[in-house]
Amino acid sequence: MTAITDEFSSAPVLPKWIAPVLLLAFAYGVVPLIGSSYLFEAILLPFLALSLAGVGLNILTGYAGQVSLGSAAFMAAGAFAAYNFYLRVEGLPLIGSIVLAGIVAAAIGIVFGLPSLRLKGFYLAVSTLAAQFFVQWALTKFSWFSNDSASGVIDAPKLLISGFAFDGAVGRYLFALTVVSILTFLAYRLVSSQTGRNFIAIRDNETAARIIGIPVLKTKLLAFAISSFIIGVAGVIWAFAYLRTVEPDGFDLDRSFQILFIIIIGGLASIRGAFFGAALIVVFPLALSRLGGFLLGDVFDSGVLDMSQRIVLGALIILFLILEPDGLVALWDRVRRRLLFAWQST
Amino acid sequence: MTFLSTIKAAALSAAMIVSVALPAAHADEQYFPLQSYRVGPYAAGGTGFFGGFIDYLNLINIRDGGVNGVKLTWDECETQYEVERGVECYERQKSHAGAAAWNPLSVGIAYAMIDRITADKVPLITVNHGRTDSTDGRVFPYVFPLLLNPYSETSGIVNYIAAKEGGIDKLKGKKIVVLYHGSPYGKETIPIYELLAQKYGFTVQQIEVPHPGNEQQSQWLTIRRAKPDFVVLRGWGVMNPVALKTAVKVGYPVDHIVGNVWSNSEEDVIPAGDAAKGYTAITTQASGNTYPVVQEIVKTVYGAGKGNLEDKSRIGSVYHNLGIVNGILNVEAIRVAQEKFGHRTLTGDEVRWGFEHLKLDPAKVEALGAKDLFHSINVSWDNHEGEGYVTFQQWDGKKWNVVSDWIAPDWALLRPIIEKSAEAYAAEKGIKLRTADDANAVTTN
Repeated sequence: MTAITDEFSSAPVLPKWIAPVLLLAFAYGVVPLIGSSYLFEAILLPFLALSLAGVGLNILTGYAGQVSLGSAAFMAAGAFAAYNFYLRVEGLPLIGSIVLAGIVAAAIGIVFGLPSLRLKGFYLAVSTLAAQFFVQWALTKFSWFSNDSASGVIDAPKLLISGFAFDGAVGRYLFALTVVSILTFLAYRLVSSQTGRNFIAIRDNETAARIIGIPVLKTKLLAFAISSFIIGVAGVIWAFAYLRTVEPDGFDLDRSFQILFIIIIGGLASIRGAFFGAALIVVFPLALSRLGGFLLGDVFDSGVLDMSQRIVLGALIILFLILEPDGLVALWDRVRRRLLFAWQST
Repeated sequence: MTFLSTIKAAALSAAMIVSVALPAAHADEQYFPLQSYRVGPYAAGGTGFFGGFIDYLNLINIRDGGVNGVKLTWDECETQYEVERGVECYERQKSHAGAAAWNPLSVGIAYAMIDRITADKVPLITVNHGRTDSTDGRVFPYVFPLLLNPYSETSGIVNYIAAKEGGIDKLKGKKIVVLYHGSPYGKETIPIYELLAQKYGFTVQQIEVPHPGNEQQSQWLTIRRAKPDFVVLRGWGVMNPVALKTAVKVGYPVDHIVGNVWSNSEEDVIPAGDAAKGYTAITTQASGNTYPVVQEIVKTVYGAGKGNLEDKSRIGSVYHNLGIVNGILNVEAIRVAQEKFGHRTLTGDEVRWGFEHLKLDPAKVEALGAKDLFHSINVSWDNHEGEGYVTFQQWDGKKWNVVSDWIAPDWALLRPIIEKSAEAYAAEKGIKLRTADDANAVTTN
């Protein structure tokens, strides 16, 4: 029941909506003015895409308790579906393609969610691997998906919404930020609704949930559908706004693991956790690699540096999970409580 | 709270790094951003290629004091051959002033960079690989698949097989199997094999090996049933030695297997042991360390302890020599551009002009100490490949031996196909075709 207490215990002095609103105001008003192209292209865009994927997976794994290793497949499904809808359906606006892409990803999610009715835990994780391999195989095998392009790598279209082009790094950042904000808000509403509580009930005790009248089958498939929808849209952002090319190889098993690590490190069953986790997974290796290159770049070649960074990163993640198994979000709450306490006692 | 203070320290140091501005290039430096890969599944190719490239840049700096006094600088950013790491490296390295050209040696990364480098007006070099239709300089002003694009490679291989059979008309009725890597790179040549088969009257069967390719039993059983006259191996990494070993297992003669340009290195045949003896592969640059320029690198660069390869026995290997040839092409393009724009740090667009006027005939190649290492190159504003010649070499169990003359791919046949594909891309992206006048308009600051 951690999720419920987590979502409903807010700071006693400030209304709950203040922090996100301030954050959004900063992200919309200040960041575009001060950020460099490196900040947008290399940090914020992958951060936003992976955060959204983390939010999606957290609904499935964190809230509904169904472990999935197929996240990258749903991202790929979303990216390729959006590309094909936009290419092949005359007059369909980009937003329409993105929504349809999400629906396609959701449909695939439902199909690969079916085993969850009989399988649990690790067994389910292994069966969602099938999604990972099948989608990647299908996208490589049938060149129709990539518009018969010779190499199977396709260029993402321009981000055009009702005549306004989201060009350049800042434009694509604002586009991604808007999509991520809307979906995150909806996800937040969802997990504090009756459906969200049904998810948690199934996670905590499936039999008990069934006895009190929660339709387990429907709820599980709903969790798969919603989660895959969000992850699919994250795939669109990854391909259209961040990399600007769409190719199956970018959505491999490593990406699925990356998203799973994001929610584990950030904090399971927490919307904010996905953002904390993504920040760590995206920013930390970059900071480490720049630090390494800056201090030791002249002494060692880039291969040696990269290997040592992996060791440092791995060690830090282990250390971190030992010290704070509930994730970054728990750490953040602890810090905030202490600060508030210190502030109130003065 | 000790953990918090650790995080604080890490955040502070991260902020420090971001705020430390990269040193601005001096007036007399030209910078190469190297998106290299020295770890991961393709490290063998990465260390050899970037090792050779860096060795040649070092040679120019030590022996000549740079290009006409302009010192060459570079730094490396590890990509592991992954697209998003390559993009991050691009964003990181592009802030460095005086960038000459990008050389990622990865199809995926190159694709992701096309829009970006075109906006930034800095050339993107994809030597021996890349997107075939980027050969068309009217549509891709800043992309250069130098020496050999995938279609030319295909044409070269078919011409070689024809020569072995005794003439192009002898291809009629023959059967060729293409065994390709299941990746964008591997699939790039499917349409051109079909087309050449139609034109010359041979039958072609194309069989995919799923990435990474360490199990090929069923593919080779299919090949045994098909009894082809030749098998073209279009592999990458571990797929190549496995293919050679499996061929022996099913009893297919290895001297009837022809490797493509990414199946032609020592790293591909040594793991296969005896199974590779007699295997032939295409190349644009011969292997071996007897060429004067390789000798000079051994003497000047490795002699000064500045060699990049850790394993000295790899000097003169296929990937190392490709890196050296790539170094020659980049440096000579800078030299060409310097004659036009002055002996100073050039802009990316000026270097682009240099590449578009990069003409090295066999005499010039000999003067550079690279006679027989590679044949020649002749790049123009609308032909960004530059008509590279290919040769074939056979593995004798210890080293590669050249077994053919320099062969010219059938450029006249390929050009219309390439133009059609490039024009389709231009129409899709709303790109206006460039003219010779556009190519001569150069951004100089």
